[in-house]
Amino acid sequence: MKVLVFIKRVVDYNVRVKVRPDGSGVDTAGVKMSINPFDEIALEEALQMREAGKAEEVVVVSAGGNECQQQLRTGLAMGADRAIQIDTAGALQPLTAARAFLALVQQEQPGIVLMGKQAIDDDNNQTGQMLAALWGRPQATNAAEVVLNGDSARVTREVDAGLEVLDVDLPAVITTDLRLNTPRFVKLPDIMKAKKKPLDVVALDDLTGSSEADLQIDQWSPPAQRSKGIMVDDVAGLVTELKSRGLL
Amino acid sequence: MTKILILAEHANGQLNPSTAKCVSCAAAIGGDVHIAVFSDQGATVAQQAAGLAGVSKVLQLDHQDFAQPLAAMIAPELAAQADGYSHVLAPSTMFGKDVLPRAAALLGVNQVSDIMSVNSGRSFKRPVYAGNAIVDVSVPGDGLIVATVRTASWAAAGEGGNAEVEQVSAQSERPSHTRFVELQTEGGDGPDLQTANIVISGGRALASEENFELIYALARKLKAGVGASRAAVDAGYVPNDMQVGQTGKIISPELYFAFGISGAIQHVTGIKDAGTIVAVNKDADAPIFEIADIGLVGDLFQVIPELEQALS
Repeated sequence: MKVLVFIKRVVDYNVRVKVRPDGSGVDTAGVKMSINPFDEIALEEALQMREAGKAEEVVVVSAGGNECQQQLRTGLAMGADRAIQIDTAGALQPLTAARAFLALVQQEQPGIVLMGKQAIDDDNNQTGQMLAALWGRPQATNAAEVVLNGDSARVTREVDAGLEVLDVDLPAVITTDLRLNTPRFVKLPDIMKAKKKPLDVVALDDLTGSSEADLQIDQWSPPAQRSKGIMVDDVAGLVTELKSRGLL
Repeated sequence: MTKILILAEHANGQLNPSTAKCVSCAAAIGGDVHIAVFSDQGATVAQQAAGLAGVSKVLQLDHQDFAQPLAAMIAPELAAQADGYSHVLAPSTMFGKDVLPRAAALLGVNQVSDIMSVNSGRSFKRPVYAGNAIVDVSVPGDGLIVATVRTASWAAAGEGGNAEVEQVSAQSERPSHTRFVELQTEGGDGPDLQTANIVISGGRALASEENFELIYALARKLKAGVGASRAAVDAGYVPNDMQVGQTGKIISPELYFAFGISGAIQHVTGIKDAGTIVAVNKDADAPIFEIADIGLVGDLFQVIPELEQALS
């Protein structure tokens, strides 16, 4: 079985992004970029499937300009067998991404598609579900555990009420949550080896048509700040303060 | 004409309050507001939905396929029912986030995720970068808008409505490739974290599962929901579904207590919309004090029992 893993290049999760004063976007110049952390978990899961003998090949895919090859090389260094860059200048909105991914899925015929539940830049949480819909295949979002049983998978999902367990026939799209696994660290020899692994480039236009449904971002602004409150000295002071505000 | 369809969330015969929050968002957009209830036996929930102020019609879609909240089943039918509507909304809960993008893709549109406020019928504010930036996003053209509603940004619509309930037959083709196995709930018997007026959370400083009993006891006294920081969840003191924060639950209680929580961005993102934040921490330099309305530097193992006594 082949596993396709979609990864996105995003501002590293440790970076505190700031909105530009003119409201045109966030400052990303010179900022550290990484694989979206949820996608990194997806890749780790795929590698563990291969190491457990449940998958033969792990293909890592990213959409973006040549800069995203950096994240694809990291994915190869983690252990992916080969990489595909969907070449596109601008950021893709979820529906366009899902359409492009579908075209690639139809070429590659994977048994499982894995990706993060959301990207930590646009926080959309849509692409996996959209790909599953367009593909007409099952989705299991927010996976906390994945057990493969032949031609189906039992997925434990994080939901608001606790954990939901689903059986999905394969092929299926599984999106990953934080607790599925802990991604491995990349070792230096693996980085050297990754340079020799195949990285193919395919143009976005060869996979999908124009994106007529794109949403438009008109304005960026910083979030409203909570103002600093008061300090109390002891529990009596706390209770007095809460009572005076009508909260107790 | 603006006509809005809201996907109801419910469980065990109870409408989830996130649905009433979507009704408030729909009211801000303006227009006719309908609610779709997908269930195997939706009569009770449909009645609750019909009682929400501002709702003019409830579509009750009863079918065995809708006995569980499965995206693979609900999305195709929701897409089929969307005909004639200008907007389709769902709460930005795990349920809504699972179902709605699948329906949006079937309808050939992008989804507006996490509406915080409404600029106009086609322009909305939503958070990106974990709430570190807010964007105004507009939907070009005049086609259908599919959107999730950030529940922490909206008050629940009140009661007093008297909408008609219409039984609607399912018309979509639904797959057999996705099967519900079970739902494991670990949470206690206290109020739901996402709807409680008061929430009390503990952090890593609690230091053990046993010590969390302190938090539970205070919560029982205040009829509060109980939450936890990611550090406390990762340390195994409490189950995952109690996590408050960017990767857990985003909540907006009237009163929030953070005991022994340092205030990592991850956590703060989940409580920014709380009415009043009370922080108790031994470390006077903890970042939580920068956003707390009332701060107390102290040892939670002394403060909590004292507070409990003061409230008796």
